[in-house]
Amino acid sequence: MKITIVFDRIRGEEKWLVQEAKRAGCTAELLDGRMLYFEATAKKTKQEFGDVVLQRCISYYRSLFLARIMEHFGAFVINSSKVSETCGNKLVSSMVLAKAGVPTPKTFVAMSSEAVDEAAEKLGYPVVLKPFVGSWGRMISIAKDAQTLDTIVELRESIPNPIEHMYYLQDFIDRPPRDIRAIVAGDEIIATVYRHAAANEWRTNVARGATTSAFKPDKELTEIVLKAAHAVGGGILGVDVMESKAEGYMVHEVNNTVEFKGAQAASQTKIAKKMIEYVIRSAKR
Amino acid sequence: MIAKCEECDADIIVPDDAIVGEIVQCKECQSEYEVASVGDGKVTLKPAEVAEEDWGE
Repeated sequence: MKITIVFDRIRGEEKWLVQEAKRAGCTAELLDGRMLYFEATAKKTKQEFGDVVLQRCISYYRSLFLARIMEHFGAFVINSSKVSETCGNKLVSSMVLAKAGVPTPKTFVAMSSEAVDEAAEKLGYPVVLKPFVGSWGRMISIAKDAQTLDTIVELRESIPNPIEHMYYLQDFIDRPPRDIRAIVAGDEIIATVYRHAAANEWRTNVARGATTSAFKPDKELTEIVLKAAHAVGGGILGVDVMESKAEGYMVHEVNNTVEFKGAQAASQTKIAKKMIEYVIRSAKR
Repeated sequence: MIAKCEECDADIIVPDDAIVGEIVQCKECQSEYEVASVGDGKVTLKPAEVAEEDWGE
């Protein structure tokens, strides 16, 4: 079986995936997504993507476009463009999770700076503002009151990109200074770790210095994580869960191109091996 | 394999199993480079891309 791993930056994760694919007896080709071009209107392409494509681009838009193009030309892509679109847009993710009955923080969206004050009042302070697209905790802020919100909005309005002029507002969840990252492949949770926020940091992203420790998920967490993974369309995913002091487990996002260096450092399971096993199983179906 | 840092001229040690696209960092000045080519015990580097707004998971 040939597995094509599309990348735009090779991290440890991509190297581990190649090693595990080869160990499983597959041919693994690393394909630099930045170097690709396509005749988009052609009926077919001579480009060959193997039996299955594992999408690992770090750029969200590149990953989304490449998955869509490769699917268009008949490739089987993990994760699919549909899953990529759902997970990569926080607004779509929140709507899909809530609709599926997955506990998720209450979220408002305001279509301009003129609607944001009222939306925040309705949601109730403090509110968390997140970019629609983005990762690693970038540009996430807390507005504890209307004055802070006005300052954040003023800054956002000075950014020329129109997506910055609409607002995603989320309930601030009172929780311990950690969250949970569950890595899912299909119907299986392959690793679960706590991500402990770094000193003087409220965000729990490993990219923000969070440290990890592995644990075994209880039945309730297992069900919620798998339900969240299923809700976004399934595949290889990183489900992030907060432990709300008032409401218990709450899924705040599902990651489509999951990084697992942090989780691997704490976990006995070979995460890349489990991912490749899932890729092979899926491609054989 | 050894390459030179464009910023501070320090030696950057690149592992022998490095592959094109991999990121290496200068231990002296923390500049990041991407492996542009590798073969015959030689490696060439180019400055790594700076994180874009849509980078992440």
